[in-house]
Amino acid sequence: MFKTFRPGGIHPSDNKLTAGSEIRGLPVPGQVSIPMNQHIGASPKILVEKGDLVKVGQLIAQEEGFISANIHSSVSGKVLKVDAVVDMSGYKRKAITIKVEGDEWLEEIDTSTELVKEISLERHEIVRKINESGIVGMGGATFPTHVKLMLPRGKKAEYLIVNGAECEPYLTSDHVLILEKAEQILTGTSIMMKALDVDKAIIGIENNKLDAIAHMSTQAEHYPGIQVQGLKVKYPQGGEKQLIQALINREVPSGGLPIDVGAVVFNVGTLLATYQAIQKNKPLFERVVTVTGKYLANPGNLMVRIGTPVSALIEACGGLPENTGKIISGGPMMGKALNSLEVPIIKGTSGITVLPDTESTRKEIHNCIRCSKCITVCPMGLEPYLLMPMGERELFERMEEEWTMDCIECGSCSYICPSNRPLLDYIRLGKVEINKIRRARKN
Amino acid sequence: MGILTISPSPHDHNSESVSKLMYGVIIALLPAFLVSVYFFGIGTIIITLTAMVSCVVFEWLIQRFLMKEKPAISDGSAMVTGILLAFCLPTNLPIWLVILGSFVAISVGKMSFGGLGNNPFNPALVGRVFLFISFPVQLTSWPEPGVNHFAYLDASTGATPLNIMKNSIKSGETMSEILLDIPFYQDMFIGRMGGSAGEIAAAALLIGLIYLLIRKIITWHIPVSILLTVAVFTGIMWLSEPALNPNPLFHLLSGGLMLGAVFMATDYVTSPMIAKGMWIYGIGIGVITVVIRVFGAYPEGVQFAILIMNAFTPLINKYIKPKRFGKEVANG
Amino acid sequence: MSPIVLYTIISLSATGIAAAIILFVIAQRFKVIEDPRLDLVEDALPGANCGGCGFAGCRNFAEACLRSDNLVKLFCPPGGNDTMAEVAAILDKEAVEKDPLVAVIRCSGSFAHREKVNNYDGAASCAIASSLYSGDTGCQYGCLGHGDCVRVCEFDAIHMNPETGLPVVTDDKCTACNACVVACPKDIIELRKKNKRDRKIFVSCINQDKGGIAKKSCSVACIGCGKCEKVCPHDAITIENFLAYIDPVKCKLCRKCVPECPTDAILEINFPPRKEKEAEIKPDKGAETAVEPIASDNTDAEPKSE
Repeated sequence: MFKTFRPGGIHPSDNKLTAGSEIRGLPVPGQVSIPMNQHIGASPKILVEKGDLVKVGQLIAQEEGFISANIHSSVSGKVLKVDAVVDMSGYKRKAITIKVEGDEWLEEIDTSTELVKEISLERHEIVRKINESGIVGMGGATFPTHVKLMLPRGKKAEYLIVNGAECEPYLTSDHVLILEKAEQILTGTSIMMKALDVDKAIIGIENNKLDAIAHMSTQAEHYPGIQVQGLKVKYPQGGEKQLIQALINREVPSGGLPIDVGAVVFNVGTLLATYQAIQKNKPLFERVVTVTGKYLANPGNLMVRIGTPVSALIEACGGLPENTGKIISGGPMMGKALNSLEVPIIKGTSGITVLPDTESTRKEIHNCIRCSKCITVCPMGLEPYLLMPMGERELFERMEEEWTMDCIECGSCSYICPSNRPLLDYIRLGKVEINKIRRARKN
Repeated sequence: MGILTISPSPHDHNSESVSKLMYGVIIALLPAFLVSVYFFGIGTIIITLTAMVSCVVFEWLIQRFLMKEKPAISDGSAMVTGILLAFCLPTNLPIWLVILGSFVAISVGKMSFGGLGNNPFNPALVGRVFLFISFPVQLTSWPEPGVNHFAYLDASTGATPLNIMKNSIKSGETMSEILLDIPFYQDMFIGRMGGSAGEIAAAALLIGLIYLLIRKIITWHIPVSILLTVAVFTGIMWLSEPALNPNPLFHLLSGGLMLGAVFMATDYVTSPMIAKGMWIYGIGIGVITVVIRVFGAYPEGVQFAILIMNAFTPLINKYIKPKRFGKEVANG
Repeated sequence: MSPIVLYTIISLSATGIAAAIILFVIAQRFKVIEDPRLDLVEDALPGANCGGCGFAGCRNFAEACLRSDNLVKLFCPPGGNDTMAEVAAILDKEAVEKDPLVAVIRCSGSFAHREKVNNYDGAASCAIASSLYSGDTGCQYGCLGHGDCVRVCEFDAIHMNPETGLPVVTDDKCTACNACVVACPKDIIELRKKNKRDRKIFVSCINQDKGGIAKKSCSVACIGCGKCEKVCPHDAITIENFLAYIDPVKCKLCRKCVPECPTDAILEINFPPRKEKEAEIKPDKGAETAVEPIASDNTDAEPKSE
């Protein structure tokens, strides 16, 4: 029995070109720039200076503030400069650039491939270790994981939800992780269950990955309390609120967090990083990135050091095709289009999608014909057709009354609109402006 | 490689477009058109083509010269308006009336509100009701089906089943006498009866409905709610006094009900957005239709019913909202 | 006269009189005592409800004028000094003369001067474009060209020039209501002192990058070289973050800085052509800028910078 969420959702063609291709190691590049704004929250404090020698896994930036995360060097070598680098939005952000010399890892990192199932650390030690290792949500949201583990007073988690849905078209990094690192992910799940003191965990996987469901189910038999649940393919199933509703049939209240319905959600990549941090002492400095595109010669799933420029990944996959029109960090539904190839990979980069020029530009905009398709597909029960003109006319207070802040920016409305209207663009603008209004109200 | 395109997400779009939806509606209207040609011959072709062409031309002229914007006739919406207008006109209508109706439909019904997407009333119905009220004689003489395929203006005329019913009830005939005058239900189902060009064949319109549902151009809520309401309402009257009221099947198969329920009421622009609102709208149309047919002065009331409920659509959209995710939290 | 007509007239008149009495009573009972000067003040105002004064509309501003003891802090930008003098006369208060201002676009990065490095294909709104990207040219400070300023202008004083992709202010229509300044997400538009004959000298750039980077992304960017600062006899020019700024109050419009600028980032507008001697240094510049507003003078100046 496959489950799914209600209401809304769409079925974009999934284009999982790299499904089933093994994880390939990408050679360490000659130079990396590690941005400081890789996660949601405050930028960490930089600990190194120009000219310092660093090793792989060495702490180079210390968390600062409540919501923040540590950053570790992904290479060994010399710090070339600590200054601002243009990030994928074109604005300059703080980053540490390191010239690679050799590949010398910190000694305390356990590099053996042997599986360690025994969890020796206590609850608070697990949280501290996760904090030290700089782990953030690796599905793309990049919320610092240790903050998620500190539950608000009086709240108790009942379920640990593991997100293996990977509903985003093209991307297969979670899929390949489930196939290759199932036991590590399951151990990571057990660690999180211990840290949160829950005895039930559900792994949700969409049924376009039947091999992953089968493999995970077999492996999960050896882990008490962990259950694998297949899900009907529907975008945006990997959205936190949608996944919780599909798996345990509870609706996260508007403006609330998953913990309000007793659930905590982690992505499979985050759980693998947790396993490596707790059992292998390895901080988060590399991740699997799907490099994909219909015209790419050799697409694949690459193990990439954080800070590697996108161009190195594309070179490893056969170079940029002639007809490239758009390069997206992430998948086509929620990913962000890159403005240059020199942008570094960060902790939340789950994929690089290369689109041909014929699929890069939007189609001509027509009048809204009130076909109500946007309402039908909205997973949050909003009315995008109504919100967009409000955004255009800057009626942000009225937008707030129409539940705009619940929008998860999945893009289903813009995807389905037969008039090609930029619905989400204006709703997103509305969210930004409503946040400003709310901040002003507080002061 | 050229320069990279940057844009906000999503970067994917499904292949649906306004013109594809409109051409889908035209395809769905095809069976009814063919049946109409079979029964009424050349008249159907003349008025359908005239209405289609004049709607498109008027829209182009208004957009080009009055509104001074880029004409968007290629989206097919003017063509749909034209066909729908022709479908609710008798096939022996003079061409100049068809052109006048098209002009009113496009200029008053659609462009005066700002064009596609802004009109509160179904443009085809605006044109049809304008003609019906201004030229009642021409609009209420229908050619007889299957008599002469090449007669246009001079086709021999007869009455529609609804007219026969209305007049006979007025003159005090009993139901069993009236039933002898109207066609058999199976004839009405396939379209062998007097009526407007596209409204006669319930079977062909239902095929169109199935196509629209499969293509996901419309949802089932509006047609089903209208037909169900008419069936239930007339069913109650029939059961209470069978001698004075025809059975529900007669109401479902006669007049423009099927055409209205499937193609007119489901017009995107003028119908509610949310399933619950669609039910209110559909039930409203059903009730008003039956009230006009049974108690009103006109034998047919679908067009008026749809226009009246069109006026309520903004109100329905304002107060009927979709169920917000996480508003009423149901745990468990 | 038939009785029906008579009854009709009587009953209608009776209804009318009754209604008039009720209306009169209600009007007396619920009369809002309002300063009659409020309407006078409101009539004196332009009535555009532009919000440039900081109030929601003209009536709110009139109320504020009535309430406050003096008009020091109150000013109606579209109406200007004349309107304020009128208001002051009505209220018998002192109006403060203010220098008239005009909106100035501080970006000259037209299509010709600023190469596109990306192709933006989202909704045509500066607010949306800037919330996600720095822009589709190499300059993260420059004009995005989607015309948010044009849409907010109540006075039809600002337009996009399709050839340059930059907005152009019509000085005569601009009332300095501040709406475009608020709307611009890049803070390019500045309200500057309006000089005689609409003459203007300003640095038409807000790029704070180092000279080399700025110049690479835009050929008319201010590179912060400081030549203008040195030549200015009135100490009106300051350089901060590799960007020159001419203080509109201190500037005496002497034009000495303009020929000094190596990138033509300083614009002089509505000046007569320069004399022969100066024209040798800058062959085209003076003559062109004298007649042409912001947009085209840079295009003409380009051959010289190569």
